[in-house]
Amino acid sequence: MSTYSVVAAGFGGQGVMLMGKIIAEAAMHDGKKVTWLPSYGPEMRGGTANCTVVISDEDIGSPVVDTPDVVIAMNIPSMIKFEEVLKKDGILLINSSVVDRQPTRKDVKVFKIKANDVADEIGNVKVLNMVALGAFAKASGLITFGSIKKALEETMTGKKKVFLDINIKAVQEGMEKIEKA
Amino acid sequence: MIDKIVAKMPESLSGKEFTYCPGCHHGIVHRLIAEVIDELGIREKTLIVAPVGCSVFAYEFFNVDGTVAPHGRAPAVATGMKRATPDKIVFTYQGDGDLASIGTAEIVHAANRGENITTIFINNAVYGMTGGQMAPTTLLGQKTTTTPYGRDAKANGYPIRMSEMLSTLSGVAYIERVMVTTPQNVIKAKKAIKKAFEAQIKGLGFSLVEVLSTCPTNWGKSPVEAGKWLEENMAKYYPLGVYVDRTKEAE
Amino acid sequence: MKMLFKGSEAIAEAAIRAGCRLYFGYPITPQSELTEYMSRRLPEVGGTFLQAESEVATVNMMYGASCTGKRVMTSTSSPGFSLMMEGISYMAGGELPAVFVNVVRGGPGLGDIQPAQSDYFQATKGGGHGDYRMIVLAPHTIQEAVDLMNLAFDLADKYRMLVTILADGMLGQMMEPVEFPPMRDPNDVPEKDWALTGAKGRPPRKVTSFHIDPYELEKMNLRYQATYKKVEENEVRYEELNTDGADIIVAAYGTMARIVKTVIHMAEKEGIKVGLFRPITLWPFPYKRLNELADTVDTILTVEMSYGQMLEDVRLGVNGKAKTPFYGRSAGVVPTPTEVLDAVKKAIGR
Repeated sequence: MSTYSVVAAGFGGQGVMLMGKIIAEAAMHDGKKVTWLPSYGPEMRGGTANCTVVISDEDIGSPVVDTPDVVIAMNIPSMIKFEEVLKKDGILLINSSVVDRQPTRKDVKVFKIKANDVADEIGNVKVLNMVALGAFAKASGLITFGSIKKALEETMTGKKKVFLDINIKAVQEGMEKIEKA
Repeated sequence: MIDKIVAKMPESLSGKEFTYCPGCHHGIVHRLIAEVIDELGIREKTLIVAPVGCSVFAYEFFNVDGTVAPHGRAPAVATGMKRATPDKIVFTYQGDGDLASIGTAEIVHAANRGENITTIFINNAVYGMTGGQMAPTTLLGQKTTTTPYGRDAKANGYPIRMSEMLSTLSGVAYIERVMVTTPQNVIKAKKAIKKAFEAQIKGLGFSLVEVLSTCPTNWGKSPVEAGKWLEENMAKYYPLGVYVDRTKEAE
Repeated sequence: MKMLFKGSEAIAEAAIRAGCRLYFGYPITPQSELTEYMSRRLPEVGGTFLQAESEVATVNMMYGASCTGKRVMTSTSSPGFSLMMEGISYMAGGELPAVFVNVVRGGPGLGDIQPAQSDYFQATKGGGHGDYRMIVLAPHTIQEAVDLMNLAFDLADKYRMLVTILADGMLGQMMEPVEFPPMRDPNDVPEKDWALTGAKGRPPRKVTSFHIDPYELEKMNLRYQATYKKVEENEVRYEELNTDGADIIVAAYGTMARIVKTVIHMAEKEGIKVGLFRPITLWPFPYKRLNELADTVDTILTVEMSYGQMLEDVRLGVNGKAKTPFYGRSAGVVPTPTEVLDAVKKAIGR
């Protein structure tokens, strides 16, 4: 592996920023260099929010990426926006609970995860981001479950600690229930 | 031979010659502040923040550590000093242009925070240093170099009563308006200044003394006429008295 | 241990570790996280946080705090930095040390809240009135920003000067793993024999930028100039990467420079050797080294997130010895590596 970039995008409330942060943190625990770059400002309100994570064995130059290796599209606008810039042979992970249409690109690897449905089944639709994160880990092989768990343990502290188990469970479910399209 | 010294220069004055015009009240107020600092025994821990205006050199006239702030910003500078070293006694000395015009935001918010500092506010209804232009405190009808036909409320609004305005703020410990036109008034003014400093020493919050003052040069009056004009006009629009006193509640 | 930290928050923590216990500030995007971090963290370490009523008040609170000899800082973004210019000029005249962090956003005016480098002139050439200078440090990673905070406070105290960390919205908002230096004792700073601490057993001290006599004011100014000269002689900092035998050298700072680091790899694949010259001190600017480099290469391309501000300093340094083309996007638009690579190719006719 040299340098990989991941864009996670979705609606404001879908938790894509946290998803990106946990990806970055897990990769850091795996001994990689990382950057996490959010989109911020008015586009956070209503439209698509996204963040870019770069994972590398070397020092990272640009945290800005024009052609990501992986796109995690949590809603339709995100799929439309980022599908076209995805690298050839890159990974497009779609939240098929929300995205009810097919991508147009034929030269990329498409994976699907019913993130909302899976989250609902395990008891809290809010963990849909962690379901998607699990699916991402499985599809890309870029981060390990052990590191994700460690990152979650460090993030879910204090009052948030009660949500730790369900988040870990969501990651596991995501890893299992991912489908190759 | 001198048997007994009845009056001398306060230790808290530096002895540098004042730069004020004959009949101006700055000198009187400087002396009163210095006497109060001496009496309270706080000279070695007092910091002055001088303004921009006629009293721009005030930091040189007092025998204490000090600085001169950007125009109107003295309360913010004093805030920084006091927050950095709460054991010091910090006071600002500001004119009406400085405090009531360009520095309105800084004085209002310092007072509102209950910033534990003291402000001596000299209100002479005119810009002195720049040559007698209209101040926010200039009286209606008063002629200045920028209101040659007299201040007109329609064009310039009304003279601003700062003590009244600031007295609505909960962070204020003490506000009094005084003047120094007669020996009796001077005694009252000194008491007010002392009370303001004492409020700070006790940590009660923001204190301010507004001193109605003359500007014979820019008013175009003799010192005696100026004193009379002040009493008959300014003191009528700007009533003397205590506007806030939370020093008793605190005890 | 490395921790994943947001740029704004990392800078705040680094300032505390550098012994800063006084922060005055006013919220403004994209750096409000720094202000918020200070409001949480300073009380934990016995420090003082105060949200001022404006940036105008902020800088004057810093003025007052700095008078007492304590380490003090603020952080802001472009429009706020403009409002501070008055106080900055007064502080420079009063020879007061302090640290400013400007997380630059798109301008002019209200502009936007996306990353930009368009405050370069304001930071390095003045902005406030009078013949003054500020030391300007431009980190390109969060780790570097953390490391530069210690330096910023030390330089400020050493030279009695203002130091500005010129970052941008990207550095403020992004996250990277960082390692913090150990906590320094805030009392363990050199004695300041000019600080206003109360005239006890000594003549009173005065801090001022004021003198009515022009010959006296000139003396003060000559003293400032002597300090600036010392800084120019001793404190120039830059990074060079790949400049030896390069086909082209790109001059860039901050976030733009790290984008160029990616471009170096991309260009390598196309057989182009790109060198990077990255000023770390924007003032004092590394003119001398740039002039030497101009002897080794035909083209020095300046790339900025602004429309040719640092370019003027690059041209002063190169002094006609090489071609000095320019590529930049501003207003909050960040050039992508591909765009910069295209500009590199164009500059060398490929």
